[in-house]
Parts: sequence; C-alpha cells; structure tokens
Amino acid sequence: MPLPRPLKPLAAIGALALLLTGQVLAEAPGLNGELRGTGDLGVVIERASGSVALVDTTRREVLRHIEGFGDLSHASVKFTRDARYAFVFGRDGGLTKLDLLTGEIAERILQGGNSIGGAISQDGRFVAVGNYEPGGVKVFDTETMELVIDVPATYQRPDGSTAQAKVVGVVDVPGNVFVFSLFEAGEIWTLDMSRDEPELTKHRDVGSMPYDALITPNGRYYIAGLFGEDGMALLDLWHPENGVQRILPDYGQNDYGQGEQRLPVYKMPHLEGWAMAGNRAFFPAVGRSEVLVADTRDWSLTNRIAVHGQPIFVMSRPDERQVWVTFAHPLNDKVQVIDTQTLEVIATLEPGDSILHKEFTPRGEHIWISARDSNQVVVYDTRTFEELARLPAESPSGIFFTHRAHQIGL
Amino acid sequence: MKLPALLPLFCAALALPAMASGDELGPERRAELETLLYQDCGSCHGMTLRGGLGPALPRDRMQGFSPEALAHIIQHGIPGSAMPGWKALLSDAEARWLADHLRTDNRLETLAD
Repeated sequence: MPLPRPLKPLAAIGALALLLTGQVLAEAPGLNGELRGTGDLGVVIERASGSVALVDTTRREVLRHIEGFGDLSHASVKFTRDARYAFVFGRDGGLTKLDLLTGEIAERILQGGNSIGGAISQDGRFVAVGNYEPGGVKVFDTETMELVIDVPATYQRPDGSTAQAKVVGVVDVPGNVFVFSLFEAGEIWTLDMSRDEPELTKHRDVGSMPYDALITPNGRYYIAGLFGEDGMALLDLWHPENGVQRILPDYGQNDYGQGEQRLPVYKMPHLEGWAMAGNRAFFPAVGRSEVLVADTRDWSLTNRIAVHGQPIFVMSRPDERQVWVTFAHPLNDKVQVIDTQTLEVIATLEPGDSILHKEFTPRGEHIWISARDSNQVVVYDTRTFEELARLPAESPSGIFFTHRAHQIGL
Repeated sequence: MKLPALLPLFCAALALPAMASGDELGPERRAELETLLYQDCGSCHGMTLRGGLGPALPRDRMQGFSPEALAHIIQHGIPGSAMPGWKALLSDAEARWLADHLRTDNRLETLAD
C-alpha cells in the first residue's frame, strides 16, 4: 500500500537516521546511547595497565579499553543480576563498578588493602569481597556500594593468639548465602544474608591451607582445594549438618612412596572453572602434571589423565563434551582439550606466550583464551579448533562473559 | 693435531663457574627475568609486589636480607609454605640477579608508596 503523501519525507528521514546510526554502531556498538543487550558482552582484565577490555562476543571485537581500575595483578569480575554492571575486584582492595552499556566506571571504592575476588548474592542485592589484608569478607550493597557487614576472618593460632586469615574461594550459593575459606586457619565459613541479622557458621579443621574453592553448578557442593595436603574439603550444602568431608585424600601418596616428588607449584591452580561431565568431575592436581577425575556419586578418584604441565584452569565446555586445560609456568605455552567420554587429550593448541585464562561463549561454540605475554586474546571454534580471531589486549589475564550473571557460584 | 687450538676454549669454560654472577647475564635474559618477577612471582606476591598469597616485597624490606639469603630462598623455597623452589628453572646467577634486583632497584621502594 502506498504511503499517504505527507508521511514520505518523514519515512525517508527515518531511513537516513537508521543508516547513520548503523555506521556509528560499526565503530562502538552500545556506547552511543543506542539500544542493545548485554548478553554477549564481556570483560577482559588487562593486568599490567590496570585497565579492562570491554568485548562483544558476537562480533568478536574489543569495543573499548577502559582505564582506572587500580592494581589488577590478580583480578576477577562478577556481573549484576541484570548483567548491566560488572564488579571488578582488584588486588589493591579496589571494588569498581563498570557500566557495560556506557563503557564507563560508575563507582569505585577502596574497601581493603589486598583482595582476591568476590561474589554476588542470589538475589543480586549484595556483593561480597574476599580480602587477604585485612583478612576477612566485606559485604556491600550492589546499588549504593555501602558497607552492609564486615566479617573479619579471625581465628586462633596453635599458640592461643588470634590473627585474621586470608580469605579465598568466596562464592554465592542458593538461599542468599556466601561461602568462603580461610587459608591459614583451614576453616570454611558460611554467611547467611537472608536474615535481618546475617548469620555466620564456621566449619573448623577442614584441611591444611585451602587455596581456592568451587561450587557445583547446582549449588550443592562447595569444594575447597588444599595446598598443605593432598585432597580437597567438601561441604554438602544440602546437608551442612554433616560437616566438611575430605575427598581424594591420597591422590599423590601411592607415587610419593616410590620416590616421586611433588613438583614445585609455580602457580596456584584455580578451581572456579569447575569441570563436570555427567557423573565425572575434573580437578587440577596440585604439584602434578595430571588432571584428576572423580566419580561425583561417591567422590572417589577414578582416573588420572597425564597432561602437558601442572593444570591451572580445568574447565568444561557448557555441553560437557570437552574439558579445556591451561597450565602453570613454565609450561604455560599450550592449551589441551580432553574428550570427556574417552578421557583422552584430543587437541593441543598454542595460542601464544603465557596462557592464563579462558572463557567459553555461553553455549560453548567458541572459547576465548588470554595469551598474556603476546598481548592478545585468541578466539577458537571449539568444534574444529580453528582460530577465529586475535584481539589486542594489554597483558590479558581473566576473561569474564555476562552469562556468568545467571549461573550459581559465578 | 688440533688440540692446542681448543685449549683456550677449554680453559675459558673452566673459568665460567667462578665468574657466574648476575652481571654476566645478557640484556635479553635480564628482561625475561624481570617479566618473570613481576608477572609470575607476581601471581602470589602481586604484580606491583604489594603482596597476595605471598608477602609484599618492597625494596626496604628486601634490604633486611643478604643477597645470598634471598637467592637461597628463591632457589629452595620456604618449606611448609606455598613458596616453591625455583632451582629447576633458574641458575644460581639468575637467582642472584633477582635477589640483587629486589634489594636495589625493584619498582616498589616501600609499602608506604
């Protein structure tokens, strides 16, 4: 049907406007007041320059490099419930709220002396930060960034004196609860934020030097890796009354008895990239060039998979068909892929120098890998292992995509 | 016989261990060690050496140790802690270079910076 005459010029102007914005979008989508979603956005930490790269995973582009995040030498990111904002946890205790749509820092506070990461509560109201200095957890309101509660990680040393432990492995679990571990104290604490008066529960003697922790995708099991001994500490959050149980307690002992030494650990493994496939769980072995496989029905050790070096991140593709592994210094030049059915290494990739972190796109068709000393993020097709893109980033480390906003514990 | 021609080389090789000190490392290796210190040691000590899982390493604190003691800690680690020995990756001269760097010109003078 022909348009009534008076409307024609208007329609033409509309088309022109569309054309113009289309051109602007090609340069910086979403950062010029245009409507867009955040579901395919992400943040790459640029550790040497205290900046982040805001990325678009559909277009495989860096939209903008944003500075002013302080010391990002060990940083992590959590997304708000609406995936509009990213909270960046810096080494210097900085907690920075980044607006993904404007590409600008919305707010920034220095909440501690030295921090390691944090979590956002199930209801999205609270952001908890785990601190090394002073050891403990601080919880803030995600909207106002005001302090809600300060929980010092106070524990008693063997000589009776008290100290504050470094906090590691802060995650959120269903019921608006935060869970975290105390490195020097060997304790796991839960902080229930669902009550008017937050309630703290302590599990003591969980094992020596928990260095990081993970939560299963359903939020049921909290598992802390132990540095001071072989094995891991498991808390069943469906049955916290049963206390903390040790699992895989002797994964190294058989071999140590035959003269094999635990290798020096040049970088602590990260457990957050939880890898699960069916009834199997995949863990990095501390001090060994192996990925351990446990049966999640009874947490027994079923397999050890020999890999290129000491694993740092062991992460399963969202469909659980593959597990991707990165390694500690000095063998951090490769990435290996394990088939979760055959338990064989099916691919070894060399994206660049000093591989640190990796992240799957939400449905797992691509993986983004940071090559720190190559100053690049490399994108692969996870089915064909074809390299799709190389993006510039300054000493890139952690890579975080917004779909984490809707996953338990991430 | 070509032996005499090889002799000077042989003697030079013998003399090498005695000469081993950080000064003899080439600029390229020194740059690699610097990257190692701030990036990889930085995994635990912080990229700015302000500490993390491991303690802060400011220059004024490092001067409380002798270069020999620091080099020893770098090579052998601290048993019972998360500090590994780096002996498998670093020569004595390289550990000594790192120790000297930590004491004299590391980028963090004091924690108060």
